[in-house]
Amino acid sequence: MSSVAVIDYGMGNLHSIEKALQHASPEVDVQIVSDVKKIQQCDRILFPGVGAIRDCMKALDRSGLSPIIKEVAKTKPFLGICLGMQALLTDSEENNHTPCLDIFPGHVEYFSTDITDSDGSRLKIPHMGWNKVLQKTHPLWKGIPQNSRFYFVHSYYAKPDNASDIIATTDYPQAFTSALAKDNIFAVQFHPEKSQAVGLQLLKNFLSWDGNC
Amino acid sequence: MGLAKRIIPCLDVDNGRVVKGVKFVDIKDAGDPVEVARRYDREGADEITFLDITATHDNRDTIVHVVEQVASEVFIPLTVGGGIRELEDIRRMLNAGADKVGINSAAIFRPEFVKEAAEKFGSQCIVVAIDAKKVSAKDEKDRWEIFTHGGRKETGIDAVEWAKKMVDFGAGEILLTSMDRDGTREGFDLTLTRAISDAVSVPVIASGGVGNLDHLAEGVTQGKADAVLAASIFHFAEYSVEQAKQHMQSLGIEVRL
Repeated sequence: MSSVAVIDYGMGNLHSIEKALQHASPEVDVQIVSDVKKIQQCDRILFPGVGAIRDCMKALDRSGLSPIIKEVAKTKPFLGICLGMQALLTDSEENNHTPCLDIFPGHVEYFSTDITDSDGSRLKIPHMGWNKVLQKTHPLWKGIPQNSRFYFVHSYYAKPDNASDIIATTDYPQAFTSALAKDNIFAVQFHPEKSQAVGLQLLKNFLSWDGNC
Repeated sequence: MGLAKRIIPCLDVDNGRVVKGVKFVDIKDAGDPVEVARRYDREGADEITFLDITATHDNRDTIVHVVEQVASEVFIPLTVGGGIRELEDIRRMLNAGADKVGINSAAIFRPEFVKEAAEKFGSQCIVVAIDAKKVSAKDEKDRWEIFTHGGRKETGIDAVEWAKKMVDFGAGEILLTSMDRDGTREGFDLTLTRAISDAVSVPVIASGGVGNLDHLAEGVTQGKADAVLAASIFHFAEYSVEQAKQHMQSLGIEVRL
């Protein structure tokens, strides 16, 4: 039986992610874990996150899990979700500049407060709801139609230094990076666990992914 | 191409049962919120909102079980409102699988509660529900105030100012209900919706008064709402969520189909 570790570092509720993983692939052993040994024993790693980045990084430091996350991100199939994606960049401008894990070189920036749609209507922050995801080729998009809508809720977005790390973009109103990928790591700004059929498909793909592109 | 406008069916739940009897032909128990939620999910609802109207404190656990069950098989955002008064209430709902909670009278009673809730759980899960009623005379400039107790009790608080304050306090979204229109099926109060949507930076959900599909569309085009919420037109199966979306799309509104 293959296993996935959902990393529990005290940020937010992992119920939805756990249920969605179980639903996507009932044969996979889903473990909510905060213990270093157990994380190392699992085949795949899911790194979630909600809330503010400073709290997230503090929680990681407090739990002592930063080194192990960096370690497993080198070898195991790894999926970061929402703040679990932003935390992989070098730093974030949220909370007056917060250093992050620096797994993807680049920064996390705020959407401007005065962005408007093509018809002049003000675009609201947070960017909340179902938006289209323009994919580049990657095994985790298998079975997911191009431009499918996923559920987003965020006010900051990743700006990686290397364009080659961008595996999907979304318009709000300018294109921003909605997914990153490098080797065995995949990270998404949206919430697959809340994105109905296409989200479950992405989780299913992840749960059978060997980490190769 | 861009962000879709959301359609959110709302279920009023009393003691664990959907009230305002739902008339779907293909579900066995129309009073079972889990079955109804499943149906809305199949029809393409963008989110589902549960409003717990259970009067007695002792029976509040029933909504927790409803949310737990729905969250284990329906993978779209779920919001729970009604009876959210303490941080502990929010924690319980989020642990049960809710993604957001709606705070209404507790915010009026003590606005700092919204601040504390946003700090503890993040703005993304804090929806402030506002029940507003027009108080200006016909020849006066439009003005709305907040009412509690289902629109019976006035508070003297200006609705637009209140919405701004709640956003400053950390609300991630505003659920706006016109108490003048609620239950009338005459359509949203579009002037109110527009006034609130223009005043705040966060998304606004329009609610109260939907009687047909044009009403839903007007909430977006004229009211500038980011999402529209309705109960009865979906409950009585007059229209499916899918029909509503197709209608909105035919009018040029971006939806998830």
